[in-house]
Amino acid sequence: MRHLRSIPEIGAEGIVRLLGLARNMAEVNRRPVPKVPALVGRTVVSLFFEDSTRTRLSFETAARRLSADTMTFSVSTSSVNKGESLRDTVETLDAMGAAAFVVRHKSSGVPWQMSAWTDAAIVNAGDGWHQHPTQALLDLYTIHESFGLEPTDSSLSGLRVAVVGDVKHSRVARSEVQALHLLGAEVVLVAPSTLLPPDLTGWPVTVAHSIDDVVDSVDVLYLLRMQRERMNEALVPSMSEYGARFALDARRARALRSRTIVMHPGPMNRGIEMQVDPVTLSGSVIGAQVTNGISVRMAVLFDLLGQPEGGLPS
Amino acid sequence: MSINIRGASIVDSTVGGRPADVRVDDGRIAAVVEPGETLAVADLELDGTGCIIAPGLVDLHAHLREPGREESETIETGSRAAALGGFTAIVAMPNTEPPHDSRPIVEFVREQGRRAGLCEVAPSGCITVGRAGEVLAPYAELRAAGVTFFTDDGNGVQDPQLMRRALEYARDLDVVLAQHCEVSSLTKGAVMHEGACCSRLGLPGWPALAEELMVHRDIELCRLTGATMHFLHLSTARSVELVRRAKADGLAITAEAAPHHFSLDDEMLGGFDPVFKVNPPLRTSADIAALKVGLADGTIDAIATDHAPHASHLKEQPLDQAPPGMLGLETALAVAITELVVPGLMDLRGVLAALSWNPARIARLGERHGRPVAVGEPANLVVFDPNEEWTIDRGRSASRSSNNPYHGRSVRGRVRHTLFGGEAVVVDGEARR
Repeated sequence: MRHLRSIPEIGAEGIVRLLGLARNMAEVNRRPVPKVPALVGRTVVSLFFEDSTRTRLSFETAARRLSADTMTFSVSTSSVNKGESLRDTVETLDAMGAAAFVVRHKSSGVPWQMSAWTDAAIVNAGDGWHQHPTQALLDLYTIHESFGLEPTDSSLSGLRVAVVGDVKHSRVARSEVQALHLLGAEVVLVAPSTLLPPDLTGWPVTVAHSIDDVVDSVDVLYLLRMQRERMNEALVPSMSEYGARFALDARRARALRSRTIVMHPGPMNRGIEMQVDPVTLSGSVIGAQVTNGISVRMAVLFDLLGQPEGGLPS
Repeated sequence: MSINIRGASIVDSTVGGRPADVRVDDGRIAAVVEPGETLAVADLELDGTGCIIAPGLVDLHAHLREPGREESETIETGSRAAALGGFTAIVAMPNTEPPHDSRPIVEFVREQGRRAGLCEVAPSGCITVGRAGEVLAPYAELRAAGVTFFTDDGNGVQDPQLMRRALEYARDLDVVLAQHCEVSSLTKGAVMHEGACCSRLGLPGWPALAEELMVHRDIELCRLTGATMHFLHLSTARSVELVRRAKADGLAITAEAAPHHFSLDDEMLGGFDPVFKVNPPLRTSADIAALKVGLADGTIDAIATDHAPHASHLKEQPLDQAPPGMLGLETALAVAITELVVPGLMDLRGVLAALSWNPARIARLGERHGRPVAVGEPANLVVFDPNEEWTIDRGRSASRSSNNPYHGRSVRGRVRHTLFGGEAVVVDGEARR
């Protein structure tokens, strides 16, 4: 069975194919009636064990534009609250005929565990701190679009990307770094040591410890969401100190080069990592990220379910 | 009931491989003769051709789950797994529900072991009441019930003052305190070894330091108090080095390592299978190498299984919620032979020392277990073929659980017969009770 669980599992070849497919889907989305019958009769189940309205809506919109049937399994109203196990939930929904599960879970690895219990395709919509592959794909799509690039296995070479913030707890960062590297980009992580993974052996990155070190030299400034709870774990002294070293404020925004784009996976913390109104940033592509998310997720679902013989390489 | 075991070679604390036929009668070894010398036909004739006959194995570290978690294991099913693995004595860990902090509980555990009749089940006692790390457990009361091995296993005793008092108080009772070394403030929410692998997998890391800090603290407490102490399941290279130096200083410290810690590394968690989640976690290849050196040079005295069954529905939870632990009783000898003897790091006698007479001495079980294979000694014996290759199959376990990390692995060394108290409880690899 074929899945989209992580960026390394699909590799550069998978990324390039999906980005190409997403471009076709974007064309569909520009039509007056943005809907095609590609997945008629297939059922896509959203299984969100952790709240994420925007990701869930993006996937469900993508599924519907491909004419798939959608089911939403909402944990807050479900039998999970009565103690049903993950395995029983998956097997029950499998028995209802799910062709694909779109799963979000606070625990790393759940998509791998699930694939032992169902033959349906698994789409990882975020597992713990581990992976969020469709986020990385929509970000790469947006980068290619912004710079007018054609996706290949080296289309991002020469591009310098800074990923700023809480890398340690970020599934977005893990997928992002791997995807950017696979297409040739240079990645610099910008964070205090407490918010970096404990061991970066094997990570194709360099590290900086202040956003001031990178603002005037990067092509892409990627801000991660900073959670207030990190203060309680003594990872940062205060949000204001974090902001002083790592936030994008008006002064730093002025230092950005004119071609630099600013990205954020959302939801944004205004006043923490984002201390300037993104509307006033000429390089902000945050809105485009959301729009492109639908095309990319259509591409993923189509690739998994639309072709009898095709699919992502496992 | 008389039993003859013919064709095997004896390995014990006194000899390293002497061909002999052994006769057991009425619970004791009745005769040890040269091969071919006449032995009267016995009630049961066991074939030991190509095998080693050795004192039964002794496990310092088995979780039997009863009372409280009988869906994962019972004293009977755990004892059966032990017998099949060649063990004639196992120390039952205290983290049951309720825990082993009062006389009725430890008497219940011992009695259930007796009823099963497959091996000696020696209940450990808690270091602190409820394993909560606050109040000393009643050592003398538990000692009167036969308990000689005390641990809060699953938890380390966090408070250094309390640990000091425990060591001082226990000193006059001829018991041993065994520490689960883990500074808990360093492992909050931790799932696997802290390093490159956890960084890649996005799992909270369990630093080696959490273990080493407590090993170091307790070594210094032993130096201060003159007490003896045993370290459970050491997993890091630095822990081995700390113990090596402490022993060189003459401190009365012993230590154990679990087979999984010297055979499996943290990369095993790459597929997110909770079977590979264990406390302390699987470490790196460098730690594995250091543990093997520590076993070979005697820094680590014992191989202990940390047999920790968990029912499937518990292990099928997401990795961060699934309980830590893996099976070990049925595979320990084979894994030890495969990892230590086959590559030439240790001889069979060294491995048997670590699996039999050393742990017997540490747990104060040395009057009945780990004895030489000699006339008059209690007939607690294992007969195994050190060269037989077999493939581990989790479906064939006597344990009530199947969280076996070695499923599908090919290993060398297989138990053929186990004798406990003069009774053949395992014959030709099958349990007879």
